[in-house]
Amino acid sequence: MKFKLYDLGSVDFQSAWDFQKKIFSQVKQKELIWALILCQHKPTITLGRTSEKENILVEKEQLEKLNIKTYEIERGGDVTYHGPGQLCIYPIVNLGYFKKDIHWFLRSLEALLLGVLSEFKIKAKTLVGQTGIWVGKKKIASVGIAIRSWITFHGASLNIKKDDLANFSLIRPCGLDIIMTSMEDILGEEVKIDKVKEVLIRRWYETSDFARIR
Amino acid sequence: MRQVILPELGEGIEGANITYWYFKEGDTVKEGEDIVELATDKAAFNLPSPCTGVLTQILFNEGDTVKVGEALAIIDEESL
Repeated sequence: MKFKLYDLGSVDFQSAWDFQKKIFSQVKQKELIWALILCQHKPTITLGRTSEKENILVEKEQLEKLNIKTYEIERGGDVTYHGPGQLCIYPIVNLGYFKKDIHWFLRSLEALLLGVLSEFKIKAKTLVGQTGIWVGKKKIASVGIAIRSWITFHGASLNIKKDDLANFSLIRPCGLDIIMTSMEDILGEEVKIDKVKEVLIRRWYETSDFARIR
Repeated sequence: MRQVILPELGEGIEGANITYWYFKEGDTVKEGEDIVELATDKAAFNLPSPCTGVLTQILFNEGDTVKVGEALAIIDEESL
């Protein structure tokens, strides 16, 4: 078995981060070609390698009061927020088996997300020069990855529930004045995270670029 | 003397920013060991050393942008 799917459910960021690193070393040792990790996080802010700290718009004390932890992590990109109404998608993929091309990976990941959204009748798109997934001028999913030895980690977060979005006002997402949206916001009805997971897993196995090596 | 070159990273990627040097000039590095971290707009990655030797020259600082094909550093294999 060279592939593994892990659904961690609701987990704090640090545990999921440690888990990613553990799986990363298994992929590096060629025990796995890829692993797909899915999870939701408690409210968390993460800063990527090119982050400006000023893009967190509130004081540390306020974040502590709100019980929001901040992590500086090794992915690309700027600051982002994770919360329980979001699905985090961390594909740990050895690109050596696919294509040693960072953009190929990012585009494949985006195509997967676009496909999932289309099954929910959400017309989303990518924007030239801006990674992530957009509905109109609002952002519904963020993407930020790290690569070591052509193995990917970190990944994408898809906004599903609407209650979570308020916390994005604590930051300037991706360092830009971006308005975030969610699947519930767009559809005006409840969307179950489990249902989104189910669609994403099916599409990963059936139609994504990562399904080609079995 | 071996140059450490920024390789092709993928279609449409012209360069990357240096975010972190794991070593300083004068340090000994091993082949395959990560020596520098770089980032494009959404991806961060490491560049391994092409050989074992002494890192004699770092040509770009953290925060600088390097183009694909440019040399980032020079490693001297003989001065070990």
